[in-house]
Amino acid sequence: MSGMIVYGLVNSAVFVLMAMGFSLTFGISGVANFAHGAFYVTGAYVTWQLVNSLGFAYPLAIGISILITGVFGAIVYWIVLYRIRGMELSEVIATFGLGVGMLETFRSIGLSGHSYKLPKFVDGSMEILGVYVDFQRLIIIGVAAALVFFLWLFSHHTKMGLAFRAIAQNEHTALTFGIESDITAMMSLGMGSALAAVAASVIVPLSLIQVDEGKHILILALAVGIVGGMESVPGIVIASLVFGFAQIIVATYFNPHYTMIVMFAAILLVLVVKPSGLFGKFKELEERI
Amino acid sequence: MPRSHKEDKGSKYRKERLDRGIKARSDSIFALSSYREALYLVFPRAVIIIGLLILPLVLDEYWTKVLVITCVIAILSLSWDFIALSGMLSLGQALFFGVGSYLAGALNHYWGVSPLFSIPLATIVGGALCTILILPVLRLRGIYFAMVTFVLPLIIISIIEMSGVLGGVEGLSALSPIPNLWVTAYFIIFALLAFFFGFRRLMDTDYGLVLKGIRDNDQAVMSGGINIYWYKAQALFIGGAAGAFVGAFMTHHYRFVGLPAFSMDYTILPIACTVVGGTGTFAGAMLGTFILMPLTEFLRAIGSWRVVFYSFLMVIFIIAVPEGIFHFLQRKYHQFERWVKTE
Amino acid sequence: MADHILKVQALKKSYGGVQAVFDVSFDLKEGDFLGIIGPNGSGKSTLVNLITGFVKPDSGSVFYMGKDITGKRPYKIANLGIARTFQMAKAFHELPAFKNVIIPLFSPRVRKSRGGQYGERDDVAIDLLEEVGFERDSAVPFKTAGNLPHGYLKRLELARCMALRPDLIIMDELFSGMSMAEVAGTLPVIEKLKVEGATLIMIEHRLKELFRVANRVIVLNYGQKIADGPPGEVMETEAVKKAYLGSEE
Repeated sequence: MSGMIVYGLVNSAVFVLMAMGFSLTFGISGVANFAHGAFYVTGAYVTWQLVNSLGFAYPLAIGISILITGVFGAIVYWIVLYRIRGMELSEVIATFGLGVGMLETFRSIGLSGHSYKLPKFVDGSMEILGVYVDFQRLIIIGVAAALVFFLWLFSHHTKMGLAFRAIAQNEHTALTFGIESDITAMMSLGMGSALAAVAASVIVPLSLIQVDEGKHILILALAVGIVGGMESVPGIVIASLVFGFAQIIVATYFNPHYTMIVMFAAILLVLVVKPSGLFGKFKELEERI
Repeated sequence: MPRSHKEDKGSKYRKERLDRGIKARSDSIFALSSYREALYLVFPRAVIIIGLLILPLVLDEYWTKVLVITCVIAILSLSWDFIALSGMLSLGQALFFGVGSYLAGALNHYWGVSPLFSIPLATIVGGALCTILILPVLRLRGIYFAMVTFVLPLIIISIIEMSGVLGGVEGLSALSPIPNLWVTAYFIIFALLAFFFGFRRLMDTDYGLVLKGIRDNDQAVMSGGINIYWYKAQALFIGGAAGAFVGAFMTHHYRFVGLPAFSMDYTILPIACTVVGGTGTFAGAMLGTFILMPLTEFLRAIGSWRVVFYSFLMVIFIIAVPEGIFHFLQRKYHQFERWVKTE
Repeated sequence: MADHILKVQALKKSYGGVQAVFDVSFDLKEGDFLGIIGPNGSGKSTLVNLITGFVKPDSGSVFYMGKDITGKRPYKIANLGIARTFQMAKAFHELPAFKNVIIPLFSPRVRKSRGGQYGERDDVAIDLLEEVGFERDSAVPFKTAGNLPHGYLKRLELARCMALRPDLIIMDELFSGMSMAEVAGTLPVIEKLKVEGATLIMIEHRLKELFRVANRVIVLNYGQKIADGPPGEVMETEAVKKAYLGSEE
């Protein structure tokens, strides 16, 4: 039982990390970054290259990789999205095409196989509540919790964070206050991508760097966002907890393979009951006055 | 970048675009005033129809099969364009395709229904099923529609994979085929032509006007007393049924249905083709498909770089050439340019 | 004896911490011409959105012709006979002007009353456009709406309302951005609607023009109704003067 609690938390933390970057970007600038999964893989791959080809120290490589991925995200906004900002159709197609292109590029240059892995931060495990958990998984929980805390702190207590929230709530009005929507959007994309890299750096050590993970991450981020409410941090957390624990319960009592069905059912249920998500603030179509 | 202004010997010129005389002369009823005017209008359409009808006769078996797939993707592109024209951005053509595929496959495999019935059944039921699945999101902003249509096929793949229903990872095989390649090819060609001219006609009617209005400004349509959700659902059904149709068709063409039926390719390709060809015109979707599909066939040798190619191509086009190739061609056909002296 | 066709009771709507509309109530008789005025941000547009279904109220109710229409979907409310213009003119930018006006002709309301005749729609649309001041013989009705100047777009809004054959028309800042000449040209159209029996609500900042046509005025300030009565009376109220001009304290 306590094993379920611990591993449920681990799963939830994984979901939180994967989903937060996408939600942040979407919540602030309204840009649905369908290349989110691609940025995740990019973060992991850059780290790997820095460590294995350039001999950087592991922690340094992670830091640089997060930075690079974040900057890359901002650049993507500048080159790709700036011109088509506001045209939802074009934005989605552009990020979508970019994401697929990036992932398939990774696949084509041979990013597969056992050599592409990142080492765990700390080896070994410890006993919690009578269950052995390896340190990496505990780190994941820690990082996720820290992330949520810092995001809350950031958006409520810093100038930039307040600006982000202003833009999220009403772009027109925020513009009249001198908050530059393009710069903010660029930063939101940068932050979202950086978060993807953060997630990658703690989660990838659990297995390998895999190109297909990119698609998987995007699906999870979308699923969590749809169920929890795309632009709401509490919503993401709650949805992650739901999915995380559902995954454990289903795996323990039924069959690990049914997890996806749970996700599917959760999405359908949310769509029927409260389409904008449990904590979703985005009003329905009519209310976009 | 083509210039629109120039200076020459001290006088300034600007570029002017005018409709060709023949275009003006062949507007509405005047099209019948002479053979030349009638031909001007008929020519592009004739090229498409006759071209498509002749192709299976001149191509060898391999390329005829490529033609079949091209037509299939073309129909998916048309259906994507149609749904987009009604204000919905679908990232899930694969959903319609896959549902139609599996429905036809299941009908054939478990109940021995022949393609003659399984295809129409899969079309209607598939369209209805997909519409019902997506119905709740119609009330939200378009981006949610995109997200849900994206996520659904991928989740369904996982479910089938994990639970092993409907053939699981191996899929259902040894299904009834379509009589022979000739029937296959001409069947799909006629279907394509029907969808192409049908969609165009539909959008020209007043019904299409409402759909276009919904895309342009749904709140204004609502304030005019129209239930936009009902219209959107209808448009989704029509587009979805078209997707299910080709899915069912392919199931019998390949005599197999499996996880690849929900593959991303069936989502990406139609969008890439339509974007390159030009959105919103149906002709653009056709044009883009018939350019890109044979092209990717040639690129088969480079393996997965193919996908990189057409996804980046899509991105480039959506940013730099948003109107697509078709609008360029259309402009050339209908208008001419000349330099005009400005004072 | 004219009955109340619109009853608004204790409508409340807040966004986050901001109370957009607070406890607003009023009744409207058939044939009334109500003006709603107030400083910017006083909740006028929100009130209209609440009545026409584009925003759901937190509490309170709206009755139209005896039916409870609180929180119903906008198209249902429109079909009952309430038409509205939008503060930011919402035309179909990619369609020609006259096609903009055709769209409401597809609503169940219009189809029922006209017996659903086809082919006449284009004529009906162009007639309506002419009524609101689009010059008939010019190419203007056929121009793409996105290319029309602002004044025309506003009048297009009005024409779209009229196409619905409504009993109640709500105009949200119709005159804003219009030139004096355009306003002068549109007022007779509105007066004609009144004469033909429609009930009208007008949100306006241009008080002079509004008071010429309205027989009753409601003043909103910070989401609350602070005055309700004939124009002359209302403008003399202390509260109203304070709201608009500020007090001396």
